This record gives sequence, structure tokens and C-alpha cells, in this order.
Amino acid sequence: MATNEENIPSYQDLDFYKSQRRLALANCGFIDPESIEDYIASDGYQALSKVLTEMKPQEVIDEVKESGLRGRGGGGFPTGMKWQFAYDASGDKKYIICNADEGDPGAFMDRGLLEGDPHSILEGMIIGGYAIGADEGYIYIRAEYPLAIKRLEKAITAAEEKGLLGEDIFGSGFNFKLQIKAGAGAFVCGEETGLMASIEGERGMPTPRPPFPANKGLWDKPSNINNVETFANIPIIIREGAASFKELGTEDSSGTKVFALTGMIENTGLAEVEMGTTMREIIFGIGGGIQDDKEFKAVQIGGPSGGCLPDEKLDLPIDYDSLIEAGAMMGSGGLVVMDENSCMVDVARFFLNFVQSESCGKCTPCREGTRRMLEILNRITQGEGEEEDLELLRTLAESVKKLSLCGLGKTAPNPVLSTLRYFEDEYEAHIKNDECPGGVCQNLLPGYIIDYEKCIGCTYCIDACPIDVVDGRLEEIHEINEEDCNACGACEPECPVDAIIQKNYIEHFPQYRHLLEEDEEEVEA
Amino acid sequence: MKLTINGEKLEATEGQTILEVAQENGIDIPNLCYSPELKPEGACRMCVVDIEGVADPVTACTTEVSAGMVVETETPSLKKMRKVLVELMLANHDVECLTCDKAGDCKLQDYAYRYSVKKVRFEGEKTEFKGIKDDNPFFIRDNRKCILCYKCVNLCKQVQGEASINLENRGFDTRVTTAFDLPLEEINCQFCGLCVNECPTGALMEKSALRKARNWELKKGSTICPYCGVGCELELNIDENDQIVKVTTNSDNVNRGQTCVKGKFGLDFVNSEERLTKPLIKEEGRFREASWEEALDKVADNFGRIRDEFGGDATAALSSAKCTNEENYLMQKFMRAVMGTNSVDHCARL
Amino acid sequence: MAGLAKSFGSGAMTNSIDEIEGADAIFVTGSNTTEAHPVIAYRVKKAKQNGSKLIVADPRKIDLVKYADLWLQQKPGTDIALLNGLMHVIIRDDLLDKKYIQKRTENFEAVEDIMEKYDPEHVAEITGVPAEDIVKAAHMYGEAERASILYAMGITQHTSGTDNVLSIACLAMLTGNVGKENAGVNPLRGQNNVQGACDLGALPNVYPGYQAVDDEEVNKKFSEAWGVELSDEVGLTVTEIFDGIEEDEVKALYVMGENPVLSDPDSNHIREALEQVEFLVVQDIFMSDTAEYADVVLPAASFAEKDGTFTNSERKVQKLDQVIEPIGESKSDWEILMELANRLGHDWDYSSASEIMDEIARVSPIYGGISYERIEEEGLQWPCPDYDHPGTKYLHKGEFSRGLGQFNPAEYIPPAEKPDEDYPYVLTTGRRLFHFHTRTMSGNSPGLEEQYSEELMEISLADAQRMEIEDGDRVLVSSRRGEVESKVTVTDRVPEGLVFMSFHFAESAANVLTNPALDPVAKIPEYKVCAVNIEKS
Ligand SMILES: Cc1cc2nc3c(=O)[nH]c(=O)nc-3n(C[C@H](O)[C@H](O)[C@H](O)COP(=O)(O)O)c2cc1C
Ligand code: SF4
Ligand code: SF4
Ligand code: SF4
Ligand code: FES
Repeated sequence: MATNEENIPSYQDLDFYKSQRRLALANCGFIDPESIEDYIASDGYQALSKVLTEMKPQEVIDEVKESGLRGRGGGGFPTGMKWQFAYDASGDKKYIICNADEGDPGAFMDRGLLEGDPHSILEGMIIGGYAIGADEGYIYIRAEYPLAIKRLEKAITAAEEKGLLGEDIFGSGFNFKLQIKAGAGAFVCGEETGLMASIEGERGMPTPRPPFPANKGLWDKPSNINNVETFANIPIIIREGAASFKELGTEDSSGTKVFALTGMIENTGLAEVEMGTTMREIIFGIGGGIQDDKEFKAVQIGGPSGGCLPDEKLDLPIDYDSLIEAGAMMGSGGLVVMDENSCMVDVARFFLNFVQSESCGKCTPCREGTRRMLEILNRITQGEGEEEDLELLRTLAESVKKLSLCGLGKTAPNPVLSTLRYFEDEYEAHIKNDECPGGVCQNLLPGYIIDYEKCIGCTYCIDACPIDVVDGRLEEIHEINEEDCNACGACEPECPVDAIIQKNYIEHFPQYRHLLEEDEEEVEA
Repeated sequence: MKLTINGEKLEATEGQTILEVAQENGIDIPNLCYSPELKPEGACRMCVVDIEGVADPVTACTTEVSAGMVVETETPSLKKMRKVLVELMLANHDVECLTCDKAGDCKLQDYAYRYSVKKVRFEGEKTEFKGIKDDNPFFIRDNRKCILCYKCVNLCKQVQGEASINLENRGFDTRVTTAFDLPLEEINCQFCGLCVNECPTGALMEKSALRKARNWELKKGSTICPYCGVGCELELNIDENDQIVKVTTNSDNVNRGQTCVKGKFGLDFVNSEERLTKPLIKEEGRFREASWEEALDKVADNFGRIRDEFGGDATAALSSAKCTNEENYLMQKFMRAVMGTNSVDHCARL
Repeated sequence: MAGLAKSFGSGAMTNSIDEIEGADAIFVTGSNTTEAHPVIAYRVKKAKQNGSKLIVADPRKIDLVKYADLWLQQKPGTDIALLNGLMHVIIRDDLLDKKYIQKRTENFEAVEDIMEKYDPEHVAEITGVPAEDIVKAAHMYGEAERASILYAMGITQHTSGTDNVLSIACLAMLTGNVGKENAGVNPLRGQNNVQGACDLGALPNVYPGYQAVDDEEVNKKFSEAWGVELSDEVGLTVTEIFDGIEEDEVKALYVMGENPVLSDPDSNHIREALEQVEFLVVQDIFMSDTAEYADVVLPAASFAEKDGTFTNSERKVQKLDQVIEPIGESKSDWEILMELANRLGHDWDYSSASEIMDEIARVSPIYGGISYERIEEEGLQWPCPDYDHPGTKYLHKGEFSRGLGQFNPAEYIPPAEKPDEDYPYVLTTGRRLFHFHTRTMSGNSPGLEEQYSEELMEISLADAQRMEIEDGDRVLVSSRRGEVESKVTVTDRVPEGLVFMSFHFAESAANVLTNPALDPVAKIPEYKVCAVNIEKS
């Protein structure tokens, strides 16, 4: 089919791209990721050449410090400082590791980079290796990313052929080799100490810090570990200079951040924006607002252990510190948008269920505590919550957060704590009124009722009901046994005269008044 | 360097952890996964303490001291959190303290008492287990009592150098077991008892002690192992019938709380039915029981006679590398001063 | 023992058990540490985790090999050649501690002379250890800041046992590793109070505290202390005692807590002697193979039933308490001895073990500062000359007990008995984890018995296949001295041509086979090498 070129707007004009600032993603989609020549043609490996020929390791570290770059893997730790620790650590053997485990459900920013611009990550790692004095690096990558693995392998081979990896790179005397290690498939293997244990062939269980990886990391040697996106930013900083990088973003969070937009939003996908952009711009600008013109309710930011923020936080500029303040976190940059039809208790339950099942089992609070929290949330969403449950939930959440060994446990309660903070009324509705305001929790949904004025006694609803709770004889008025109805809604579309109505509509619509009065009369009688 | 714990000004050396310094100074910070013999595991989280200027509590077993540090170990909020931890452990525990053989010597029970856990607030599902493992003559393994402190696994690996027991599954389903759940006798278990010695709960218990006596009824006596030359200090746990019910050990000695199979599980020969209980005299090639008077007279008569008739050098003695110093001393004194010979030796060389 | 005393002036472990963990290199030879001294093996493994290098020399693939950086699988009885090879390389590659040799030792020239010919290639031929491994081991040991040597009966139970030990002492002194923390020469004691028995003079040539019986001063001191005239003639050793019985010179024998029938070499010879001796009294906690021959058997109280002290391998005098009442009518050995002495006209009136220790402290300078009060909580390591002395963690600091350390290098001499056509296999003996000595104690512990209830002779796959022997088969093992039956286990722990048995079991008494050929100095029999024949039975 022929396309009318003129009708296709240029991509920069699309809402989705208009307010983005593509830095790390700049090459993605524009160069052939399997071609090192393409990468080099778009200034690739210039930074490496500059570093190896003109800069001392300390100068590289200073430059990174100067840029204000903070870790994109979630913690937001200043990258330059981390490199400094590893540089200062004594040891003849050091390692540099790229964390490409991306275990957050629904996250795909690292994957985008790995598949779209693998050389930028390699370049960042080689520069990092040179800076801290490592001659060996590992890329620990999620095994479920076969394409990314393939492209990385290709990239490594190509770089080796070009003399950009291996012995005496650029004649500088610097040697560096890179290996790929496929992940063990557990979320907690993305945690840095768990990740290193996994590379060593041990059970992927986190270990206490200190000792920090910078002093005793992989095989007990000084090691530096950074996220994919962190590394991807390095060549840019070196090439364009720390100052120009620092111009982007906010005072304490410089540069850009890639987010993965998902949920009930018009445009989903990867979006790279300047730090400090507001959530509103991302969701309503880039994201194009809520699907089907529904109301916005909340956004979960920071992955499964991030926090749920309500509309009053929409104008919050996104940076590491203000997110923490608000009860969420940058995490790896997942943004899940929820509309009015979401239940915030159920959302908390959903995320907690994920982290709970990913707990490695090492420390008591996370292993036992998240399970008990989940049990309480299950109770509440099933309509069996007790008033004390909220207090218990808070106590547990606080303890798990404060007592857990690693980041997984420390952040696992975030969805619960943030929903308790912004949506406590929803919890109460479940517990006190047996109601799910979002209309999600099956056990709490109001059942259906038959409008006796309309019913023609066709018996279709009897046939439709999977649990046989409709009574009535042919051509007589039918009745739903309200106690037993589980609100599945199977009968409603079958009724030829639209006589079946969900109970909670009665009071909102005048045409059903007669049903309401009857209810009340019954109560009086 | 100097630091303050609970208002007390203390001395410490660099590299020590808060827990070590506290223990040295008689400050009892609760701990379940700590052992001076192991790399800090940081798993149980019971040892959390507050440090002035640090927002969240830290684990005392993993945190090294620094000069001027101000530490609190028993604030109301720490107590509350520890209580939650104990409750969490109990919620997934077979709580049968009334009949448990570990009662009275159980750290979980002690901490439940210390933090006033009267009722567990978070009841729920428990991890599924296949029941008690009774697969060797020395000890039982009961996963339903295990609180996953990982001491046993770590001692087996880091001290014994084996990995007889290890972890299976993840998260809430984690459990300590052998490879493929094989009986311990079929894998490389050395039955050293390192794991049993340090298990804080009733998950690993000496078989010899089951259903014998409550821990507080046992009398403890300190002894030195009679087997090899390491000289492990051991504690004999004795019931009212003078039976050795189990052998335990503590940490401030040459063996540092560690044992091997012989010292830990091989001292029951003391109460063996086969012990000699009466002097025996051989008559016409058969032994008969005799009184001490008669037996000693007979020995003295014969040794005296031979000494007087043929000289002291016609007598000789083998002393023993299993007898005490005092007894060896008296044996050589007996031969030298009483019998008049230096012919006394022992099987030292063998 | 004799060897170390000659070189250093003291025969005990130079360093403490805990110090092993701080070594930079550990050389284990002739010690199956994980089975015979498990708790010491824990320290070795810990040292390894702390970054120490571990060299294991053993003809068998013992468990410790698993942890070793280097395993020197030598032929049995070639220890001196191996040690000399190490020394050759250390001298050749200049890994010597020259200052130490000059300041603290004597007779170094003799070492240079002898080591000359023990180049790695030559030594490889004798020992079967590849030359390059000898060089590697020498460097590992020689370059370490603190190198510790651990050895046990695998070194001493040879006709060349004393020379073996002397050579070990040379190796350690060449590299300045004696008198230093975490280093040293450390003989591991097999039985729990071998050290104490020696310390307290249960030896024919010395009084308590290694004071020679033929020294006039000493004789005078003890005569005065005990109020009797004492003989200044060195007495008989174990093996000489049994020979003395055969020659009708020894007529009465007192055996306290020993079982020579199983523990001594050439058991048949011992049985004959016990049969022959005019009067035999055996004092023990169980009936034993030896007690069967007694005229009178006296029931002794066990370690749990008496107060007393034991001295462990690291010279630590430790206290044990009476925990239970003596079983039946049994009495502690010291009470029995006192009653006998008093029946024979003496007037001993010790009211407690503690009083005996006070007397020991008075007559034996190395125990001079030991009292029950002081060791109630924790033991003290001798030398501890007075009541204010804190005990001695490691020996020879600054100066050797004998002044200068003496090099006594030795030439390699092959074992007394070599395999030949009639007896083509080499038998070596030792211990097992679950048992101890002649099983007097461990055999009466049901759990231990269940784990290991009969001997399983170790034989290599190659030998087993040739003879068509399988796991669990019974074989007849014979030597020039006798024959026994044993079950076998086919394993890669032993190389072709070598078989291994423990001496724990009467039914398969290895010591029926072993060679009583003695080391001329220490009078230790050659348990570790004898020639045997094996037939399927
Ligand atoms: C449970 C858990 C999972 C994590 N998963 C990842 C991950 O998939 N990718 C990642 O880059 N960082 C992950 N992290 C963060 C890492 O521990 C570490 O902070 C990060 O790799 C450091 O890199 P950066 O400084 O460049 O951010 C995870 C942390 C936790 C606690
Ligand atoms: S917080 Fe959870 S995931 Fe992290 S160590 Fe503890 S149990 Fe494992
Ligand atoms: S008894 Fe020893 S070897 Fe066996 S499991 Fe326990 S620690 Fe490991
Ligand atoms: S069995 Fe005992 S020592 Fe082992 S993990 Fe469980 S509670 Fe800890
Ligand atoms: S004792 Fe510190 S975490 Fe267990």
C-alpha cells in the first residue's frame, strides 16, 4: 500500500517525542546496533580514545564526579564517588561489572539500550575499567534477553577485532577484557552483592555491606558495579564534557532519565526526559493522558518496590530526592499509571506479591514479614480484613523496611506504605464497609439485582449463572439470591430486557428508585 | 579507640564489630546468627542497634566500630522491632515449648521471654516440611523448629569444610537440608556435631538427650576429652542417675566450642554395661570377683616378693597416655621410689 | 620426641593450636589430620580461608589433600629424601634465613654438606614426587613469612623416625621458623595425655620435667624429695620390657590403662610375653585383650569420675572435674597406686589430686607454677616455672631451650622392610575418624560402632582388579610375622602397591603384621611400612 508521506508528521513533532530529551537513547533506532561502524560514525569510541590518550584515571573520575551523574540502577549513588572508592582500594586485581539484570516486571529501559546501542555500554565500561584500574569486566545480563545477549556478543567481538578491547588498547598499554554472564533468573540477583555471588557460582543471596564491593567485591577483589544506563551516559559525559551534562536536570540530579511508561495510558514506551520534569508532563504530555478519558488515580513509580503517588503529587519534579520524600523512588524508572478503576489495596497486594515471592529467604524480616503482610492484604481484599489489620500492617511494614538486609526487603513495603499514606480511605472502605471503591476486589463487589418491573421471566439468567443462585419459573418474575451472588456479572448481558442491574447503581439513578424504596421498606418492616 | 555504648565509655580496637566490643564488655546484644567462628551472616537481624547520627538501625554483628561512635542497644523502638522479629520467627515455628527438649536452653525461647512475646500477632501459613529427620545415630533434624539462622550450614562449610547440609528453595520456602534430601549417613557428614552445638533452637538435637530430662534438671560438669591430644574442653550433661545425657561445649577454650564426632557423640562408653566394676582375680585360668582388700594384697604381695627376691629391675610398668598427669606421676614414683626401678614407660610412641 | 629435644632442647609442639590459623604456609606431613585430630584440621582449613598456603605430604590421598595447594604423594618411608630435597632447593634458591642461622643455630655446615646431592631430580626418583613439585613446595614453604609444620605418627613411626624429626627441625631452622608466632614445628599428639605422661616422667630415662635419671644432681634432688634412695640406671622401654620378659629378666608387670596386645607391633610376640610373665596386673576401665592375660584386674574410674589434669599437644595443662561417682566399685588410678604403695611400706597420704599437683610443681620446674587454683578456669601452657608466670604460648622465643638450635641433618635410608616377591605390597597403618586406638573407649560407644564396626582395608583399584577383589570382599593379609583377615574397600585414596589398615580392631589386628624393627634412638617401631602379601579369602 502506498503511503502518503506528507501526512506522516516528523517524529519530533509527535507528542510522544516532543518533550523528551534523548541522550542515552540518542542512537537507539537510528543506528544499526550490530554495526560498530555505525556507532563509530556517530562519534562512538571517541570518548574512549580521549580517555586513553589524554586523561589520567583520576582525571576521568573527576570528570564523572563533576558531571553529577548518579546511578541509574535505583540507588542514585553518585557514580564518580563510587569509582573513586574502587580506585582508592588497594589490590592488583579489580573488576568492573555492568548490572543488566533488569528484573522489574514491566521494565525494559536497559533492554532498549542493550539492544539498541550496545557499544555505548561497552565504551562506558572500558572507560570505567581504565578509571578504577580494572582489566576485566563482566556484564551480568538477564537470561530472558536473548537478542540483547546476541548483540552484546557481536559488539564485543567487533570491538576486539578493532582493538578496542583486549591488550594494549589504542597503544596506551591498557588491557581490558569483557565477559558476558547470563543471569540466574531471580530478581534479587540484580542486587549488587547477590549478583556478585551469582557470578561466583554461589547461591544468589545478598551479603551484608560493609564490606562494600569497592573494597571486597567479586572474588573478594575491589569491584565497581553500575547499571546499564549509568554506563551509557559515560561516553556522553566524556565527549561533551561534564559541564554540558550538568546543565541538564536539577541541581542534585543531573542529566536525563529513561522511563518505561505503562499502564492505563495512551502512549506507552520508553521515554527519556530531563531530570526535574514533572510527572504531569510525562503522563499527560508524553504519555498522552489516560486511556478512554478516564480519571487518573495514581502512578506507581520505581518498580515493584516503588511507591504509589496520587494526583496531588503530579506536579512533583522527578528527581532522586523528591521521590524518596514523597514515599516513592526512582528505582530503575518504571512508571505504571492507574486510572479510576484501580483498587489501591489490590495494587499494593499485587506488587507485594511479586517481591514476596522474590525474597531470597536470607533475612528474617523480609522472608517472614513480607509473607505476613501479604496475608493481611489478601484478607483485606477478600473482605475479611479486621480493623486491627491496618495497625499490624503498618508495624510490619516499618519493621521490614528498617530491618531487612538488602534493598529488596528494605523497599518491599513501599507500595503498602505509600498507599496507606495516600489512599488509607480505600483500605478503610474494604475493611469497614466491605466495599472496593475501584470495583476490582471480587469478594467485595456489590451483587446484582433484578428489576421486577422489567423482568419477563425468560429464564436466560438462570442458565447464565455459573453458581445457580437465580430463582424463578418461566414467565414469572425472577430473583437473585443476594447473599450468594458473587458479582461475576455473567447474567447481566444475557437479559433481553436489561432488567439485571448492579446493586450500587440503584441509589445513583432515579429510574431505579422503586428498587431502593423496597429495600428500605423491607428494612423498616 | 574510644566509643560509647549505652552511655558507657569503652575501649575498642579497629576492625572489631559493635557486637564484639559489647560482648567483651558484658553488654548483651541479642543475636541468633552470629558466631565468632563465622563470617558475619547478618541474617537474623536481632542484633540491630542505633547509632547516633545514623537514621536506620544497623546490625551490630556486621558493623565495625569507629572512634567516637555512640551506640544504643536497647531503646524502646529497638525492643519493639526485636519483638516483631521474634513474633515472625514464632509465627513460622512449631511452638511446643511445653514438651520440647530444647526448652530451657533455647535462644528463641529466651528472646521471647526477654521481649515479652505473649501472643504472636501475625499468625498465618507455615512453611511445609516433611517432618523430623532421624537418619543417623547421633542427632535429629527438625525443620519445623528451624529459624534459618544458617549457622549450621555455615559451620559445616566454613569450619568443617564440608557442605553436608545446605539450603534448598528460596524465600518463605527456604529450608536447611542435604543434597537431594539424602540421609546424612549417605553423604559426607563427619558427625562432628558443629551444627548441633550451635543451633539456637530445637531444630538440631542430640538423640541421646531426647525425652530424658528438662535442661534445668541436668547437672553440668567440665571435663577434657579423653580421645586425641587436642584436649578439647567439654561439658558433660548428667541426669539424676549419673548418666551422660549429652555433651556440650562452650567457646572459651582450645576447641572454641567445636568438637569432633568422638568427643561429641562418643563418650557414652562411660555408662556402658561392659565397664569393670569389681576387682578380678584369676584362678585356674578363670576370673572371679574379689574384694579390693584381697586384690590389692595379692598385687602388693607379688610385687613385694619379686622385688625382694630378684631386685626392683625384675618389675616394670606401663603407665598410660590416657591417665591423668597426677596418676602418671604416681605411677613413675611408685616404680622408682617403691619398686626401685626406672623401668616405667608408656605407649607414647604408638 | 627424641629428635626435637636434640635439636631444640624440647620435644613438644613449639607453637599453640590457635596459632595455626595465622600461618602463611602450612606443611602437613605424616598426619591424617582430619581424622586423627579433627579440631586441629578445622584450624588448618581456617588458615587456608585466611589465605595460607597448604602443602600436604602423604602417600595416601587423605581428606586434607582436598584443601591443599600442593600434594606431595611420596612413597612410604621416603620422608628424609623428600625433606632433604626441599632443603636442597631452599639452599640452592637462597630462601635461607641467614641471619637467623648465624645468630641462633649451630652445625649449619653439616646441612650444606648433606643436601648437596639431594637435587630435585634425584629426590623425585626416590620419593616418586615430581621434581617440579618439590621445587614449588620448597618455595611455598621457604617464601612464607610464617611457616608452620604439622606432623604426627606418620613421621615418627619409622625405623628412621628420629632422623625424620631431626630433618624437619633442620627445615624449620633453615628458614627461621622456630621461635616465631604462627610458625614452628608441631608434633600432634595421638592420645589425649601423651604429652602429660612424658612430662610427668612415665619414661625410663627421665624424671618428671625431663630430668635425666642418670644425672647425679637430679638423682639427689628426687631422693631427697621422696625420702628414698633412687636408681640411677636408665630403665627399660616398652619393647625392651617385653623382650626382658622373654629373657626372664622381668617377672612382674603392671599395666595401667594400656592395651599393648593391639597397640604394639608384632602382637603375637606380645601375647607370648604376657603368657610368660610371672605376675601381671592390669588396671583399666574395660576388660581388654591384654587384661585377659592378667593375674589380677583392677577396675579403674574413667575420666568422668575423677579430678585431675591432662596436658594437651600444645603443652597446656588443663583441669578435669569429677562429674559423676565412680561406676560400681571402681577407683581412680591414683587412689589405687597410693594404696599399693602404702601396702609396700610407704606412707603416701594425698587427700586429693590437687595435692599431687602441688608436689609435681615442687619437683618439676616446667610445671613449677601450676596449681589447681590457677587452672580452674583456663589451663596454662608449660614452661610455667613459678606461680606468677603466665605460661608459654610458643617455645624458643629469642633463644632455644638448649641455647643454640642444632642442625642434625640425616641421610636417606630405605625402610627396614621392602616389598619383594613373597610380600609384594606395602602396608601402612593409621587411624579412622570414628575410632580411637584399640577401641577400648570408642568400641563401647554404640553410635561410633554403628558408623564403623569393622576394619575395611584400603586397596587401589588397579591392585583390586588384578586380584579380582571387590568392595566388601574378605582378604587374607600376611607378613613375615603373622596373618589377619580383613574386609576391603577399593578406593583411590591409596596408590597402586600400597594398602592401608587401622589398628583399631582385634579381629583384623594390623599389628599382627607390623614390623617391630625399632628406631635406634626413640625406640619407636616401624608401624608405617611393612611388606605384606594379599590373597582373596
Ligand atoms: C532487589 C534488587 C534488585 C535490583 N535489581 C537491579 C537491576 O536489575 N539492575 C540494576 O542496574 N540495579 C539493580 N539493583 C540495584 C543494584 O543493587 C545496584 O545498586 C546498582 O546496580 C548500582 O548501579 P548504579 O550505581 O549505576 O545505579 C537492584 C537492587 C535490589 C535491592
Ligand atoms: S531483604 Fe529479602 S532478598 Fe534481601 S537478603 Fe533479606 S531475605 Fe534476601
Ligand atoms: S555434623 Fe558436622 S559434617 Fe555433619 S552436617 Fe553437622 S556440621 Fe556438617
Ligand atoms: S537448623 Fe538450627 S542452626 Fe541450622 S539454620 Fe536452623 S535454627 Fe539455625
Ligand atoms: S546476629 Fe547480627 S544479624 Fe544475626
